[in-house]
Amino acid sequence: MLEIKNLHVQLKEEDKQILKGVDLTVEPGKVHAIMGPNGSGKSTLSYVLAGREGYEVTEGSATLNGVSLLDMEPEARAAAGLFLAFQYPVEIPGVGNMTFLRTAVNAQRKARGEDEMSATDFLKLVRERAKALKIDADMLKRPVNVGFSGGEKKRNEILQMAMLEPKMCILDETDSGLDVDAMKLVADGVNALRDEGRGFLVITHYQRLLDHIKPDVVHIMAAGRIIKTGGPELALEVETNGYADILNEVA
Amino acid sequence: MALPDLKQDPTEARLARLTLPEGGCLAPARQEALARLRAMGLPQRRDEYWKFTRPDALIQPDPIPASVGVLDETPIFDAIDRLKIVFVDGVFDPEASDDLTLEGVQIDRIADICGKDIHWTKDIFGVLEARGQTPVARPLAALSTAFATDGVAIHVTGKPAKPISLIYRHENETSDVLLHHVIRVDPGAVATILENGPAAARLNKVTEIDIADGGTLHHVRAQGRDHERRAATHMFTRMGEGSVYKSFTLTVNGVLTRNEQVVELTGDNAIAHVAGACVGDGDFHHDDTVFITHDAQNCESRQVFKKVLRNGAVGVFQGKILVKPGAQKTDGYQISQSLMLDDDSQFLAKPELEIYADDVACSHGSTSGAIDEEGLFYLRSRGVPKGEATDLLTQAFLAEALDEIEDKTLSEDLLERLRGWLTRRR
Repeated sequence: MLEIKNLHVQLKEEDKQILKGVDLTVEPGKVHAIMGPNGSGKSTLSYVLAGREGYEVTEGSATLNGVSLLDMEPEARAAAGLFLAFQYPVEIPGVGNMTFLRTAVNAQRKARGEDEMSATDFLKLVRERAKALKIDADMLKRPVNVGFSGGEKKRNEILQMAMLEPKMCILDETDSGLDVDAMKLVADGVNALRDEGRGFLVITHYQRLLDHIKPDVVHIMAAGRIIKTGGPELALEVETNGYADILNEVA
Repeated sequence: MALPDLKQDPTEARLARLTLPEGGCLAPARQEALARLRAMGLPQRRDEYWKFTRPDALIQPDPIPASVGVLDETPIFDAIDRLKIVFVDGVFDPEASDDLTLEGVQIDRIADICGKDIHWTKDIFGVLEARGQTPVARPLAALSTAFATDGVAIHVTGKPAKPISLIYRHENETSDVLLHHVIRVDPGAVATILENGPAAARLNKVTEIDIADGGTLHHVRAQGRDHERRAATHMFTRMGEGSVYKSFTLTVNGVLTRNEQVVELTGDNAIAHVAGACVGDGDFHHDDTVFITHDAQNCESRQVFKKVLRNGAVGVFQGKILVKPGAQKTDGYQISQSLMLDDDSQFLAKPELEIYADDVACSHGSTSGAIDEEGLFYLRSRGVPKGEATDLLTQAFLAEALDEIEDKTLSEDLLERLRGWLTRRR
């Protein structure tokens, strides 16, 4: 599904290396988690994969089902099946949430050479998916993320994911700013989307999200590299001992 | 005081092309307007009020020709049931117009009124324009009062069931048009006036509006797509107690447009909203000049202007709120914003507040910015292509101005024109 090889990335503006050779493969149907201390490059990895400007790939590759992502425009990556749930979802005043969702769904269908979804089908689908995430009609009408609480913004990310049905989902600190109930809601939303054809990459600081979204593989990232890979027990180890032991062990 | 040659010569050169209509009840107002104009002289580049907009093309003796555009979309307001009054290159066209009879309103041609000895119009014609000449001179408005032979006088006596729609067609490449409308809204009467179309190669238009106590006037205007046209328009509005005036102007294209709105709140509890959106690409200069005077208590005024500019287009906003002594509890608001789609465009804004009362709330703001990169990336990361995402954000920027229009059918119609403009330029 997602295959990252020896990925080196630096900031365009300043000569600063962020990723220093990331190797990672996410298989279909699997949930991989990346944990790591602040500044280790976790969010950069998600942005680079989604195609955000400001980064320069100096070495390595990233492919989705064998297709190279790095030369594609962000919209083409999305149409190819990549989805990034933002750590800080962006507010877009003046654009209704529903308009946004319909535009996105149909743009992706168009890019894949499929017919646009009819207004009726779309409405039916969005209502059904929104209901599961406890997103009410008002939230669908309001401008995208404007005036949304932290929890509402994250639920809105998951709704977009549910509507767009991507092949590969990257969740960048989706648990940040969520209380326990909201985290449960978001995790349920993600779990509902788990199936054997879909891969997940869950970036988080804390183990608690992984209680709800059970990972198959856990990676520890530090200083721009994956330094350790293991099973779910690795997350528990971090929770108990922090990163210090692992960092020392590798060093 | 004699005018300096710098002003007098171009003024006389322009006047030499025109003939002052004689006789009838409007003749004295015309003569006074001509005297005012001669005393002021036509605007010049060095005039402070014309600092951001070169008046040359508007005052020169002959207009610069403008090719006639071919409309490739459904004309605006087409689906709206309205009473149509059509002007072709500034001349009323009875064939193309509807029957002017409508319950709740009396409509006359200015050309017909000119021949009459008495008509209500004379209490307003040139009167509101003259009031609007201080503290800032508006010579082009006096030009229309003196010389315009066509236009309509609309007397709203009740609540006409449909909007009155003024349609301006441009068919002659060298048409040079002076128009003058007068609108009177009786106490408690309510009407909607629509205006659309490019009008002429060069248009100089004045609308004088007198809204009596408790009267309401909605005004929605779309200035037509012919790109090479030039226009100077003035609207003078005097408002009585508890009256409401809401005006919105959409401008797409036009190499030169100067829209002046002069509003005088003379009765307590009156509400005036003046708003506009314009989109310009390349050789485009759009100037919104607004002057709102609060001369009564507890009135509200609101100015909302948004401009989308690209490829060297220029947007100008000069907006003033004057609060006179005693105009307590005034609520004045003004915002002007531009969205620059590239580095070549210019937005020049001069927001002004002048307040002589001590218990008022007035605010103003002006911003200028580019497309929000974060928002753009967010949309693209969801699969929306860059062009479409940019259009969506541009529409969102303009939406705040369009929201000023109460009738959502009308604002949706205007939005459709904006979408068309954006799509044509993608």
